[in-house]
Amino acid sequence: MEFISPIDYAKDSVLAVQEYWQLSMRALGNIFRQPRYLADAVMQADIIGVGSLPIVVLTGLSIGASLALQTSDTLQRFGSLSLTGQVVSLSMVREIGPVLTGLMVCGRNASGMASELGSMKVTEQIDAMRALGTDPLKKLVTPRLMATTVMLFFLTIISDLFGLVGGFLVAHLMLGLDSSQYWTTAYQSLGHSDIEMGLLKPLVFGFLIATVGCYYGLSARGGTQGVGRATTQAVVAASVLILVADFFLTRLLMIV
Amino acid sequence: MSTSEIIAPDSPIAEEARHKAIVFDDVAIAFENQPVLDGISFELPRGETKVLFGTAGSGKSTILKLALGLIKPDRGRVFVLGYEVSNMPEQELFDLRRKVGMVFQESALFDSLTVRENVAYRLIEEEHMPPSEVEERVVEALRFVELEHTLDLLPSELSGGMRRRVAIARAIITQPEIVLYDSPTAGLDPITSTRIIELIVKQRDVYHTSALMVTHRLQDAFIMASHYFDTEANEMRPLAESPKRDVKTTFLVLRDGKVIFDGTAVELAESRDEYIREYIA
Repeated sequence: MEFISPIDYAKDSVLAVQEYWQLSMRALGNIFRQPRYLADAVMQADIIGVGSLPIVVLTGLSIGASLALQTSDTLQRFGSLSLTGQVVSLSMVREIGPVLTGLMVCGRNASGMASELGSMKVTEQIDAMRALGTDPLKKLVTPRLMATTVMLFFLTIISDLFGLVGGFLVAHLMLGLDSSQYWTTAYQSLGHSDIEMGLLKPLVFGFLIATVGCYYGLSARGGTQGVGRATTQAVVAASVLILVADFFLTRLLMIV
Repeated sequence: MSTSEIIAPDSPIAEEARHKAIVFDDVAIAFENQPVLDGISFELPRGETKVLFGTAGSGKSTILKLALGLIKPDRGRVFVLGYEVSNMPEQELFDLRRKVGMVFQESALFDSLTVRENVAYRLIEEEHMPPSEVEERVVEALRFVELEHTLDLLPSELSGGMRRRVAIARAIITQPEIVLYDSPTAGLDPITSTRIIELIVKQRDVYHTSALMVTHRLQDAFIMASHYFDTEANEMRPLAESPKRDVKTTFLVLRDGKVIFDGTAVELAESRDEYIREYIA
């Protein structure tokens, strides 16, 4: 294994951050520049959004149910079982819904983007695209960025909804809570700030998933092994970034 | 074209480059601190073909990527059709690349698109042509490479030789002023290789396109230098049958990142350089 000096490692890291930043900002700026590949964006929205729907629904449903089950034990000790709806709705909308949906979409799509673009990179298709006068960032990255950001927003809403349904099924069928009691507490406990927090996060997470997936794909080197490495790195980096960004976003939105 | 203002005749080289297809002036580039090209200078006059020779890793493909502005040199200047591509922003390069076609070593066809979509790519992306006209041009380009029956196939369904021919069709569909060929016959059997070379000769003699061609195969280069395309017979013929013709094909040999030969086939054959004699033996 080749030894890399700490200085070279630091230089490479700074360069990677710079390249990622440039790619992200150019991809973002391309939304407002011609040509716009709307057909590609719609196709990606179908792949990312509709394709991720089953896992998002299942994840939301099961995490909502588990949340109701886990918290019911504690709530019962304080005689507050009626607050189950409130706990599930606040947890799902503010935190678990956006983060879990982000992670699921990240696992499915950041890897897909990195492997697809990585394969194109190592087979010179990206160079061919540039040689044919097309900007790969406009054609490949910006549609994925738009599609991921928009679709993750709606997927998070769906995930939140199914989380609440999962919680309700447990609360009603297993804990014997009245359905109107569950839904009323779940609804009334949510304020504007909770909704804002829950809907702002997926926009940031969608941006991170698309840009990190595309960045690692376009940076792939060294044949199929390089594509595999890029795919793994994309999922790891995007997942970590989602969790780190979640903390800072939560803190920021709590102050604001 | 916005690139028209890029070039300023700030030196005799820049002024001269206006009249050439490609000019490399003291170009150097290194990858991971390993020099690949070191002070490369040459010119490709308009309408001529230059064949680049050199051992693997000698920087032949790098020259093509520099000419297309896909990578930037560490030192020196590269002019294409009078525009300094070594100093041009990517956005303006996209405009210039419309005048340059490139055939990649492994074809680099878009694997999720059909042959029709691959060949039509540039027309659909840039020219907003009516679909009927696009279809007509695609069929015409594919007929040039004798593959008009492959329209609806995917690249994975084609043989290596067919993929190269589709790549040639994709490169020439807009009739570019320059075509860059990166080892177009690498890994192909002799019959398919000769067929590809015949297409390159056809492009050279019928459309008078300027070209840079990278190859390892001496016989391909010598076929190009010793044959012309007979449009009436629709086939390649030995130059001996028409000795007054000028096939405008020259050779450039690279060694250790430097140009060690730049001249005609006759001059190459008569070279007394030990390395060149060994190379062409």
